[in-house]
Amino acid sequence: MTVTQPILGSTLPKRPSAIQRAWESFAIVFDSTVGTVGVAMVAFWISVALISLVWTPYPANATDFIQNESPTLTHPLGTDHLGRDSLSRLMVGTQVILVKTRLPDELFGYTLPFGDWPMPVGVAIWGVLGSLTLGSLLGLMAGYQGGWHDTIIMQILDALIAFPRIVLYLVVISAMGQGDLVVILAITITGAPGVARLVRSLAMDIKTRDYIRAAETRGESVWYIMFWEILPNARGPLLVDGMLRVGYAIFAIGTLGFLGIGLPPPDPDWGNMVNEARPFIFVTPWPVIWPSIAIASLVIGLNLFADGYREELTRYQK
Amino acid sequence: MSSKPVLSVKNVAVAYKIRGGEIEAVQDVSFDIPRGGSQGIVGESGCGKSTISWAIVNFLGSNGYVKRGSIKFQGQEMVGKEGEELRRLRGDQIAMVFQDPMQALNPSMTLGSQMKEVLTVHRNMSGKEAEVRCIEMLERVYMPDAANVMKRYPHQISGGQQQRVVIATALLTNPALLIMDEPTTALDVTVEATVLDLIAELRREFDTAIMYISHNLGVVARVCDHVGVMYAGEMVERGTVEEIYKNPTHPYTQGLIRCVPKLGADKASSVLYPIRGRVPPPNNRPVGCIFGPRCDYRQVKCEEERPALRQFPNGQSVRCHFAEEVDWRAWKPTADVLPPQIATKTGQTPILQVDGLQKYYTAQGGSIRDIMGLNKPRYVKALEHASFSVPKGSTLGIVGESGCGKSTLIKTIIGLEGSTAGDAQFLGVDITTHLSERDESTIRELQMVFQNPDSTMNPSYTVGQQIGRPMARFKTVPKNQIRAEVVKLLKAVRLGENYIDRLPSQLSGGEKQRVGIARALASSPDLVLCDEPVSALDVSVQAAVLNLLLELQAENETTMLFIAHDLSVVRFFSDYVAVMYLGQVMELGPAEAIYAPPYHPYTEALLSAVPIPDPSAQQKRIRLEGNVPSAISPPSGCRFHTRCPRKQLLSDNGQICETTAPPWQNVASEHHILCHIPKEKLIEFEPVIREA
Repeated sequence: MTVTQPILGSTLPKRPSAIQRAWESFAIVFDSTVGTVGVAMVAFWISVALISLVWTPYPANATDFIQNESPTLTHPLGTDHLGRDSLSRLMVGTQVILVKTRLPDELFGYTLPFGDWPMPVGVAIWGVLGSLTLGSLLGLMAGYQGGWHDTIIMQILDALIAFPRIVLYLVVISAMGQGDLVVILAITITGAPGVARLVRSLAMDIKTRDYIRAAETRGESVWYIMFWEILPNARGPLLVDGMLRVGYAIFAIGTLGFLGIGLPPPDPDWGNMVNEARPFIFVTPWPVIWPSIAIASLVIGLNLFADGYREELTRYQK
Repeated sequence: MSSKPVLSVKNVAVAYKIRGGEIEAVQDVSFDIPRGGSQGIVGESGCGKSTISWAIVNFLGSNGYVKRGSIKFQGQEMVGKEGEELRRLRGDQIAMVFQDPMQALNPSMTLGSQMKEVLTVHRNMSGKEAEVRCIEMLERVYMPDAANVMKRYPHQISGGQQQRVVIATALLTNPALLIMDEPTTALDVTVEATVLDLIAELRREFDTAIMYISHNLGVVARVCDHVGVMYAGEMVERGTVEEIYKNPTHPYTQGLIRCVPKLGADKASSVLYPIRGRVPPPNNRPVGCIFGPRCDYRQVKCEEERPALRQFPNGQSVRCHFAEEVDWRAWKPTADVLPPQIATKTGQTPILQVDGLQKYYTAQGGSIRDIMGLNKPRYVKALEHASFSVPKGSTLGIVGESGCGKSTLIKTIIGLEGSTAGDAQFLGVDITTHLSERDESTIRELQMVFQNPDSTMNPSYTVGQQIGRPMARFKTVPKNQIRAEVVKLLKAVRLGENYIDRLPSQLSGGEKQRVGIARALASSPDLVLCDEPVSALDVSVQAAVLNLLLELQAENETTMLFIAHDLSVVRFFSDYVAVMYLGQVMELGPAEAIYAPPYHPYTEALLSAVPIPDPSAQQKRIRLEGNVPSAISPPSGCRFHTRCPRKQLLSDNGQICETTAPPWQNVASEHHILCHIPKEKLIEFEPVIREA
């Protein structure tokens, strides 16, 4: 052996920290106008939810003597049929969707130690995380392992998809009773088949890559390959799908609230607010209009966010 | 030659608008093609070869435009031409042939109807007339059974035939200019050879000017009379084929020629010299000579002033300040590109012994009877019979056309597939089973290097994590020392320590391949299987990676199996070579014996198909008919008999080949040929290549 080849890249810049990299990969959404608008709308509602935790104009369930009032200076968004302040109720209604989940006192016969303390992060987000977890697991098994795993899992999920969503919600809730956790479970079960299909198709593509062959020739376990080699490379599409799903979940919570089987009282919930004010719609439309606008703007915001992010993601892939 | 060129490209620059500015993909390119002339354009990827061809027919897309210069086609200015006028020229006066025929042909139309379309649109011919012309043209490109092919769909004919149809379609209107962009890159060597013969012949017959783009110097030498060498968006050298190959003047051209192995050269007698560094991206080109940072002859002037293309008395044009002083023969490698000297290794204790290894896949039929399992199962006989042994520390090269079972063989040895019959032993341990049934130590000793640099690394993990994983997995290195060990390995593959935290998206193709090699070596395996490790890389990078593999092999005494479709690379890299055809090893022996007579008739045909980057070399012309037959029902007797050009040498005119499987003949020590033709006759074959 004579002289060896030179070592390359002695002048490379240092790698940024994990937080910096996470921020950079998120910040690409600001390159898209649509995405920026979406982020602004979502950020607005998150801040409303956070503010409502410490301050609302009136307590959400306090009644005033003036009922069904149009917006005035004392009640900027008016009051409902019981004289409760619409603005306060609207603000508090954001909490349970985005920032807190109320735990029951007891679960399966066990008394939970948390007392009145809620779990952080809202019902919609827990529900979506649940469906992403369950869906990814099933999708990875179907897509990577193939064969009879694939056949059985996908047949069951297809059967689940064949049910109308509302019927599925009703089945879950009538079996388990009302409660935040039950709504989370309902969202998880209805969302999982869609996520599983997405992950399955991604896994079927990713598993043909050489780095999966390399992992197999190292004798890695099936679980390692599924969760450490395949799943991280599906995160872009999964993130986008997850954001869209938070939107669907908010719709679902609204729908359930409207049907009166959603999140339990006493906290206000947007769907329930619409339902309660519905009989008085010709007296004053405001108590119906505000929560409808709230649902629509939050869902649209999430959709725009997801669209913008997806657009920038595909642009940077090449 | 007529006075007026068909195509005249003058000082053309092409730019693409991107976010926040624009990049000049092509900066300054000029060439003329006369009637009947053929201009080759060579260069590495990303040098702007295809961009020029797109500029000619205005295929640049919405964000690309010709920024400077003029493109004149038969005296008309093409720059700025659009709409109906341009559409009339495309396909009528100017025809194009691209790399992938499957994408050029419409899969939902019969071949006949898409060919006729050209004539009915551009020549207003009636359907009948057009049909006759098309059949004539198909016959001229030697398409067997032309009238019948017209009624077929693209997927019903082979890749080589598809490319013939595309070429025939391009020639239907007798265009003045034919642009070919890597038309044979996607094809097997044997098919490539027949297509190149066809192009060379058509060039003589038709009076068409050809612009031929390729990364392969050998291919260009075979079909062109003039060559232009592109580097980073500039044409750096232009001249006749003979001049450029005999007397390359620009340092880049010289580097290109030095870094490809000659057919017949081996690692003991010759060395490959990679070009240092890499092609600069279009937005970050140096101020002076673009090639400056990679050049051995660089002087102060090169860093300050960009050289112009200067014409020399012999007709050659060179873009170099010091072209007169740069002497091709006096070149000496500088220390940093000097590769190791390695002797070929033979005759030690075998580490891998394979005997009659077989792998059948079950072919799932589509009928209801098949699904119910009522029909007899059919098998894809991907690997029929492979027997060889590999001594410790040596390399076995495996060659053959695609579909010959090379990859199946490797997958079976490494255990991604379990074998269906036969015996395979690695250091005395049985390895015929699937990987999941092997013990940890055997798994650790067998590792693999993959073909595609873009998919060899997991995009989500850093270089360090990926190289470190095998160490953690096999617990060969204690946890707290993994990082130090990874740095050591990175140094071994000539990458700096700060690569450890980089993600694959930040690496070039060659760098990714180096990391792939480091990962394969991380568990210090005894046997590394390389599946086309350099075929997706540019030639200058390929040389560096081959040198690296050689060096590492010598250091660690690693044994290697090496698949490549490039016979020169296999010859250069291997100690032993196995030639495979349709799942069967046909010839096995030391590398130098395989590349000289006696040959197996199949080896002879493969060798005569290799494009050689030397226009003066004499190469025997043997062309195989048709394709590799289906592996579901392979031919009886000798598997090669359907295509064998030599079976007439037998006394019974080759009837025995159709009925009886041939015997193994031991023609020299360690050199075996599977053929009915007696070895006395095989020895009489002339060598395929004679250098002038």
